[in-house]
Amino acid sequence: MRIALLADIHANREALDACLAHAARQKIDQFVFLGDLVGYGADPVYVVERIMALRDVGAIVLVGNHDEAAVRGDGVNMNAYARHAIEWTHATLGPEALDFLAKLPLFHVQDDHLFIHSEAASPKAWNYVTNAQDAERSMRATDRRVTFCGHVHRPQLYHMSATKPAVLFIPQNNLSIPLMGNRQWLAVQGAVGQPRDDNPEAAYSIFDTTRNEITYLRVPYDIEGAVNKIHAADLPQILAARLFIGR
Amino acid sequence: MIREALKVGSKIDGFLIEEKIHSGGMATLWRVSRPDIDVPIVMKVPMILDGDDATVIVGFEMEMMILPRLSGVHVPKFFSVGDYASHPYLVMEYIQGYSLLKKLNESPLPVEEVMKIGGRVATALVDLHRQNVIHLDIKPSNIMMRAKSGPNGEDIGEAAFIDFGLSRHLQLPDLLEEEFRVPMGTGPYISPEQVLKNRSDPRSDIFSLGVLLYHLATHVRPYGAPTAQSQLRHRLWRDPVPPRKYNSKIPPYLQEIILRCLEADPDLRYPTAAQLAFDFANPQAVKLTERAHRMKRDSIKMAMKRWFQTLGTSEQPKQPQVGAAAPAPIIMVAVDLNEGQEQLSEALRSHVARVLTTMPNARLACVNILKLNRLTINYALDDEGRNIHVQRLVELKNWARTLGLSQERISFHVLENADPAQALIEYAQLNNVDQVLIGARGARALRRFLGSVSSQVVAEAPCTVTVVRLPPGGEQEPDVRLEQAAG
Repeated sequence: MRIALLADIHANREALDACLAHAARQKIDQFVFLGDLVGYGADPVYVVERIMALRDVGAIVLVGNHDEAAVRGDGVNMNAYARHAIEWTHATLGPEALDFLAKLPLFHVQDDHLFIHSEAASPKAWNYVTNAQDAERSMRATDRRVTFCGHVHRPQLYHMSATKPAVLFIPQNNLSIPLMGNRQWLAVQGAVGQPRDDNPEAAYSIFDTTRNEITYLRVPYDIEGAVNKIHAADLPQILAARLFIGR
Repeated sequence: MIREALKVGSKIDGFLIEEKIHSGGMATLWRVSRPDIDVPIVMKVPMILDGDDATVIVGFEMEMMILPRLSGVHVPKFFSVGDYASHPYLVMEYIQGYSLLKKLNESPLPVEEVMKIGGRVATALVDLHRQNVIHLDIKPSNIMMRAKSGPNGEDIGEAAFIDFGLSRHLQLPDLLEEEFRVPMGTGPYISPEQVLKNRSDPRSDIFSLGVLLYHLATHVRPYGAPTAQSQLRHRLWRDPVPPRKYNSKIPPYLQEIILRCLEADPDLRYPTAAQLAFDFANPQAVKLTERAHRMKRDSIKMAMKRWFQTLGTSEQPKQPQVGAAAPAPIIMVAVDLNEGQEQLSEALRSHVARVLTTMPNARLACVNILKLNRLTINYALDDEGRNIHVQRLVELKNWARTLGLSQERISFHVLENADPAQALIEYAQLNNVDQVLIGARGARALRRFLGSVSSQVVAEAPCTVTVVRLPPGGEQEPDVRLEQAAG
């Protein structure tokens, strides 16, 4: 089975459409959305509707901290511009979309795979995996062999055998990487809608369960289109500017 | 882990177990068969005992990861991999031929044979490194020479590597990285940077090949057979006894090659296996330095000074430094020395100069074709009695003079052949050339129709080809402009 992994869409319609168009050519059997459908970007209504439609035909959709905040309509613990976007998103989304976001599950387990937005040690705390110690904490907290998460907006791949500390590997794009069986893996996804690894292209991955291989992918998209809408919606300038540089 | 023991006659995933052919400390090899595979194959099964050394397990995982991604004649063909959790195994081609271990016992070998083996192993390394894999355990028992005979019964078998348990794929996670408490490798052969726990430098394989060649040429191990870690560090600061000291038949060029492979600092070694293979193929072009004539080791004082400098050296960065080293391609320029082509050859030279400024480690091979006549007897002397071949070499060197390249970066080759394009293509193949620069005369319709040397090289060379043309109007053939005007 081929699973498409999409994290941190952040209401970026152009990036989501580009990734889904790319995925349509990749014989995908299942879509998994790893949270943060909204927040930051100017197209929350479209993005939620499109993902809802995919959920209705079998996609797994998980909640992220921005989705949770958008439902509440308050961005406590968030910086000023993120909070601004969250309040705007809450006001823009209709009741059906807010209800959909409110009911999203925190994680999903399938075979020896765990899907989650942030990490497994304390999911509700929305901690970031930025180094091997964070990754190790998450892997020790689950008995699943492979964890897929997002939240950090930077592609990373950690692996750990039973008695050794976790090790970081920065994956290259468009190259299948085998997740060898005798160890645990934590595959942190790049962001579809707001990449922060100095590469502005939209990021998503494909995991092939038969071959046990993951491929990190990048897809160019209409950044100007997404940026113009952020300006038109009067959202903070920084949310537009950072899309051009991927930071 | 395989819980039930393998037995002759039993079957795993369609493979019939036929015979145990080797049982080592790390793995057992079984001859197996499957009806749809018509070449001899072996199944490699790791020896995994409870509480066993983790590097054995991880090494097998690495091999399961790397071998399926390799292709070509220099590795065993891969067929199947078993599920790691239930029954780990690898099924691969059984390479028919002989192990270089056999040659080690026959050493010291004649110089020609050392050169032949060195050239073949270096060529195999080129192919391996091109696939982003560093072997990291180059030693005689891990190199097979394929059984293959030429038309006259001569041995033309390629070198093939086996056992990728310590190898590193530069684009995949290094599962052995976390196992690093001790350097991983084989005592006599391990490179200084592996001793320092760096597993991401392809030049480590060049060092180990240097140890192997030294041994084959002298029957002496350049660094002994150390076991303790402190002894492994000796090679960081102590240079080996020059091999000519043990075997006076070793020519200066071979000592130069071996000692350059054995430089403790990777930056002083051959930058790529392709450049090493180039020297084996063109021994007359080896740039001889002080290494070639050295007859004794550096003084104790000098060695102690280096020892003192290595004291602070410990672990090196573990993330692969892909792209950190400057590229070191082999660039071939096909120079037309015919009269009337001066402007074109000048344009070609200035293009070469521009290309070289961006690649300070590039090596330039200047090639000229001495076209033989298919029908008549070829005279090596021209009308005035000069040796044509030598004359061409002189002209070729003169052509390159203003490029101002140091001797070790440039070489000159006059190839005698009736088919210039074929000669250039074969040369590029044999020498692992990365880029060909060639001038094209004119763009006349007739030339395009009949096919030119450059267009055949473009079509068939195994690498990038850059064709240099004169701008319209700069042509020396007067009919060109007329044709264009007419067309």
